Amino acid sequence: MAAIGLEHYLTVAALLFCLGVYGLLTKRNLVAILMSIELMLNAVNLNMVAFSRFITPDAFVGQLFAVFTITVAAAEVAVGLALIFSIYRDRATTSTEELDWMKW
Amino acid sequence: MMNIFDTALQLSWLIPVLPAAAFIVIMAVFRASNFFSAAAAIAAMAASFLLSLGVAAKTLLAGFTRDNPFVLKVTWFEVPGLHIDMGVLIDPLSALMIVVVTLVALLVEIYSLGYMHGDGGFPRFFAFLSLFGASMLGLVVAVNFLQMFVFWELVGLSSYLLIGYYFYKISAREAAKKAFITTRAGDFGLLLGILALQIMFGTLDFASLDTLIPKYVKEYGDAVLTVVALLIFLGPVGKSGQFPLHVWLPDAMEGPTPVSALIHAATMVVAGVYLVARAYLLFHTLPSALAVVAWVGGFTAFFAAAIALTQREIKRILAYSTVSQLGYMMLALGVGSLTASMFHLMTHAFFKALMFLAAGSVLHALHDRADIFALGGLKKYMPLTWAAMGIGVLAIAGIPPFAGFFSKDEILAAAAGVSLPLFALATLTAAMTAFYMARMFFAVFYGQPRWDEAHEHPHEGPWPMRAVLVVLAALAVTSGAAGYFLHFGEWVRFGPPHHAGIDWAIAGTSTALSVLAIGAAWLLYGSGRWSPDTVAAKAGPLYTLSFHKFYVDELYLWFDRTVVDSLGRILAWFDIKVVDGVVNGCGRLAEAGGDRLRRLQTGQVQHYALIFFAAIFLLVVWMAAAGPAAAKAAALWGGAGL
Amino acid sequence: MASVAAFYLLAAVVLAAAAGVVFKRNLVHSALLLAVTFIGVAGLYILLAADFLAAVQLLVYNGAVAVIVVIGVMLTQKGDMKNSNPPNRMGRGLLVVVVLLAAGMLAAVLTTKWPVVAQPPPGETAGAIAGLLLGEFAIAFEAAAVLLLAAMIGAIILARGGENRGSHRT
Repeated sequence: MAAIGLEHYLTVAALLFCLGVYGLLTKRNLVAILMSIELMLNAVNLNMVAFSRFITPDAFVGQLFAVFTITVAAAEVAVGLALIFSIYRDRATTSTEELDWMKW
Repeated sequence: MMNIFDTALQLSWLIPVLPAAAFIVIMAVFRASNFFSAAAAIAAMAASFLLSLGVAAKTLLAGFTRDNPFVLKVTWFEVPGLHIDMGVLIDPLSALMIVVVTLVALLVEIYSLGYMHGDGGFPRFFAFLSLFGASMLGLVVAVNFLQMFVFWELVGLSSYLLIGYYFYKISAREAAKKAFITTRAGDFGLLLGILALQIMFGTLDFASLDTLIPKYVKEYGDAVLTVVALLIFLGPVGKSGQFPLHVWLPDAMEGPTPVSALIHAATMVVAGVYLVARAYLLFHTLPSALAVVAWVGGFTAFFAAAIALTQREIKRILAYSTVSQLGYMMLALGVGSLTASMFHLMTHAFFKALMFLAAGSVLHALHDRADIFALGGLKKYMPLTWAAMGIGVLAIAGIPPFAGFFSKDEILAAAAGVSLPLFALATLTAAMTAFYMARMFFAVFYGQPRWDEAHEHPHEGPWPMRAVLVVLAALAVTSGAAGYFLHFGEWVRFGPPHHAGIDWAIAGTSTALSVLAIGAAWLLYGSGRWSPDTVAAKAGPLYTLSFHKFYVDELYLWFDRTVVDSLGRILAWFDIKVVDGVVNGCGRLAEAGGDRLRRLQTGQVQHYALIFFAAIFLLVVWMAAAGPAAAKAAALWGGAGL
Repeated sequence: MASVAAFYLLAAVVLAAAAGVVFKRNLVHSALLLAVTFIGVAGLYILLAADFLAAVQLLVYNGAVAVIVVIGVMLTQKGDMKNSNPPNRMGRGLLVVVVLLAAGMLAAVLTTKWPVVAQPPPGETAGAIAGLLLGEFAIAFEAAAVLLLAAMIGAIILARGGENRGSHRT
């Protein structure tokens, strides 16, 4: 077993990101889509922390960015769920296939 | 005394401006006031008339001539290669015209006080009369062709407004349109001619053209200039109702009768004659153009007289007589006598205004009963109108010593000196004129009343109408003799001054023929000794032709229905199928394309996200494959960092 | 060697849990597996010597986000949870696309020559990050605070349902 390097982390992050993309594109439930977005954000954070550790170990800027990303993610979840509640109250559904009035 | 005339001359620019100002003031301020609108119009016209008298007196005293006119002008506009003035040109010709125009317009306005009393559009009527007078005066004093053309068109516009004054009547609307469109046909030629003059000589100024034209003819010959002159002549043909564009003039009587008097006597129709007279050097230099003018005039005189023989409506008879008399004026110009033409223009203005206003009295009294054979026996009811109309008839028939005798004699004498056929035509026309005028006169005023005597009580009009008739009757009696004895030809002239004596052979012949014609008319329509129907039956097809005005209107209608309409249909087809087809095709293409493309918009957010990710993925692959250059290009393309 | 084993273990947990989030048809299971994923990622942060970040991850993601998501599930789902999280019609086809995407990304990761700096991990990071946050990145820090406030107010207004509906006319 070789030592764990940057590529290992990046590989995990890439796969995590792809899973998030897949969920984003295929889930019908709005809450599930929100979860998928969280997966993608986590993948990105993992990338940045890994870069920080292996390429600029003294700067910590990568970690700092991850802190900000987490902040934004928290805000996003709060607003996103509020939107979902609002839509649910109006339409009594959280299925994307029924929320299709954004067309002609 | 001199000073007053000098002042008048310096203020001559006010002559057209005052009525124009009256028009604006009436339309802007007095639209609701009968009294003030009439007062403004009459005051302005009276002031113009007084100024005109002063200007005319000064012209006589100072000896202005055509070659030595008084000019007052300012630059109107100037662009490189084109300098146009606007101003006032006073020579005996225009001095005569402004006096005649302002006098007749003033009298007509006073007459209208009575005639239009109680009409709903009273202020509008006086506003339009003022505009009409102002346009005509501006035309008369024009210093160049462009100024003349502008006022020429204004005359056309105001005549349109006045002919269509009773706009709620379909016939009035149609007549107004007919007048406007028919004269436009001629104006088109006039405009082309004016443009050609500007291109050839670089100026439209009358004085400059007078010196440039002979030089040009000497250098290049007269072929091109003849075409230009004939184009310009098209304008007068339309405006002065010469054959074949005379059709609008008889219909123009749809306007109120004072308007007809104004149109037929002093404004509008004589504008064409005046234009030829003003540009007379152009025509005089070109013998073939002059010959065309003479023959068009002669033929129109005869043709219109032939139609007037059988018409039944009083104003229509007068209208055709106007066409005929305008033909006389053109004929006089064509045979080289500007003096005779202008002399006749002046006398005609007075006696034709007189006759129209007398006819207006008749119509006023009998509620627009226009058919002369529905009238009759009016002599004892309306003696003043009877006298006025009688004087007018004698004047137009050329019986001495009435006005028409002197002016018509000059025309006949001038024609005799140039062309025997034209002289014969003109003399025959004079006899016909006497006949149809006498016919109208006898039918209206003599015989048994053919209207309901028990229920209708015709009477003379109010005092403004009566006063105007008296003034005009006096002028119709005296203006010819005055002109003759005061040596009219020494002032209004082209070339050397001359004073033609009366050629008794010519004058005697035409007078004798006229008397005979009047006698025949008396026998037919006055005493009833001969039956008009028998004569009409004997004349057969000739009568029918004349009664239907030689089918000129029908010919135009036929032309319109076949040629113009089918051309229009072809153009309409082209417009609908080809032009609209292209436009609609573009629209349909976009619509169909949009209909296909909109299916991309599923409304499913995840579809959009998929496309978004796919695009980014492809972009990344491309950047990775093509290296830094592609990355830079992509960054530029996306606008990032720019 | 322990860290290598820990990495593989954590990577397997993270990816398996994430796959569960995406493929499970029960929304409650997905929500719980999401929390597992977050914990796994926090573990990876510890392996990367980012102790402060690992703490933040646990606090914010597990303590706040995962809980809010569970509340969201609770408030928007009714009836049976068995089939509450189905895929849409693009499901199968997209799997291929995503596999291709993953292949592309992995190729990029593995072929790139990373300018790695060999250095022992720092002992403690909170102090350094605090220095950066309140020093060089103070403005971003304040902005993030405003963002959170705005998001909070927005979320309250949205969830409340607007003025015309949330009136006192009960």
